[in-house]
Amino acid sequence: MDSLIALLNNFIASWPNLSLVIGLILLPLLPLIISVAMYVWWERKVIGWMHVRLGPNQIGPLGLAQAFADVFKLLFKEITVPEKASRFLFYLAPLLALTPAMAAWAVVPIGNRMAWSNANAGLLYLLAMTSLGVYGIILAGWASNSKYAFLGAMRSAAQVVSYEIAMGMALVSVLILCGSLNLSDIVNAQAGSKGLFEWFWLPLAPMFVIYFISGVAETNRAPFDVAEGESEIVAGFHVEYSGSAFAIFFLAEYANMILVAFLSSVLFLGGWLSPFQGWHLGPLSAPGWWWLFAKAFGMAFLFLWFRATFPRYRYDQIMRLGWKVFIPITIAWIFVAGCLAFFGGVTIGPGVNP
Amino acid sequence: MTQQILFYAFAAVLVASALAVITVKNSVHAALCLVLTFFTAASIWILAEAEFLGLALIVVYVGAVMVLFLFVVMMLDIKEEAVREGFIRFLPVGVVVAVVMLAEMLSLIGVRALQAVPLPENPALAAGSNTSWLGKALFTQFLLPFEVAALILTVALIAAVALTLRKRSGVRTQKPGQQVLVQRDERLRVVKMASEAPSTGESA
Repeated sequence: MDSLIALLNNFIASWPNLSLVIGLILLPLLPLIISVAMYVWWERKVIGWMHVRLGPNQIGPLGLAQAFADVFKLLFKEITVPEKASRFLFYLAPLLALTPAMAAWAVVPIGNRMAWSNANAGLLYLLAMTSLGVYGIILAGWASNSKYAFLGAMRSAAQVVSYEIAMGMALVSVLILCGSLNLSDIVNAQAGSKGLFEWFWLPLAPMFVIYFISGVAETNRAPFDVAEGESEIVAGFHVEYSGSAFAIFFLAEYANMILVAFLSSVLFLGGWLSPFQGWHLGPLSAPGWWWLFAKAFGMAFLFLWFRATFPRYRYDQIMRLGWKVFIPITIAWIFVAGCLAFFGGVTIGPGVNP
Repeated sequence: MTQQILFYAFAAVLVASALAVITVKNSVHAALCLVLTFFTAASIWILAEAEFLGLALIVVYVGAVMVLFLFVVMMLDIKEEAVREGFIRFLPVGVVVAVVMLAEMLSLIGVRALQAVPLPENPALAAGSNTSWLGKALFTQFLLPFEVAALILTVALIAAVALTLRKRSGVRTQKPGQQVLVQRDERLRVVKMASEAPSTGESA
């Protein structure tokens, strides 16, 4: 009993430390939420330009305050719960979508070993977190007690599980080349003297494409957005959600998109390394977080470009692409990556702890 | 110290959610409790510095298997009364099976516990990363069992597909290969016409 009380006292004594840790955990979330708001504005602007219209331009300079106006509108709207909905799960679902989307950011490095957790199994952790996000969607569909929402959830579940396999395989090929699950090690392995040709996009070109397309499919974005499918099932899994509950789904989706953009930059485009590394161009060759952010911005732009360009896939085409095209290619390329690693076809940069 | 508190917290959640799996009435709620059970088990493993096993449990069971499980459970129209019906009738059989399983587990774990050295040196800690140690052990020392297990799983997978695959007549399916190969000339005919003056409207 005494030991138990001592245990408790120790725990209470560790509170100041604990609150500091919690504060540090919350620190990256605020920029993330603001960048989600700005990303939504940028999406509407870009798609507007691609459709030869102006996009939001009324609120604030260049319509910049539009995103915040939308946020406040959503926060003040009433949340309606459908009759006979499973209330607890109905409220839980948006949180289940948001939590993994934010938790995944813990291991994303913005510089060498500069992440909230420099975990050794970082990549596996990311795979685990991104695979959890689907629960929010399934539960939203089921708890809503609506056929449209349920159909959207079913489509989403099948799609996410299918594309997760191709995504995981693409990650395996990265692991084979660099020999570590740590994200900082993965970037360090892409360092070298040949500039952007040292990065993994070159030896793993098909995997890079597959990873990004699977990322688009995993986040349920156009042209893979059959989970929402306005033309057939109104708005899919979130058809019954309004106000702040809908806003949370929105936030989770965009946070996941930014995450995929960052990850494809880290895994295949050399993270914070300069594209001119080793070419002796002074500050241009120096690594820095700005490179990572520029690459992620470019990848995030691709999401918007896809949305403005491609019509929505038919459901059987999505399944065919995932199972019959992507997975065979990834299996073949894992073998190629193994040969590259074994016969020394790829040089691994310094600073990797295998 | 914090680890102990966390362990007991996780363990309490684990036991509670495992109990809920078999006691809650709604089958979807039961499946969700199972998800929570897996997740808490993974947390305990990570707490014990077996991060690879914990994360693999989340990726495989929580991220894939349980999603498909939920998928099926949600689609089924299960009547609660029908499920509860045989409870008393099958109770003796269930109790016998449970007691036998308990005895087996106790004998296995009990014998192990008697032989175990308290707090033995963790081989994973000595090698640095748990993941790389596990990988080296699997692909060097235990390569043959590992490959055999993989082969058995593949055979089971193919067998499952072969059992459910059946040819049905009268089903129209799209053949994407042919759809892609379609040429413009097969679908579209451009007709050259002499231009006509627009009708005045009165005659129409």
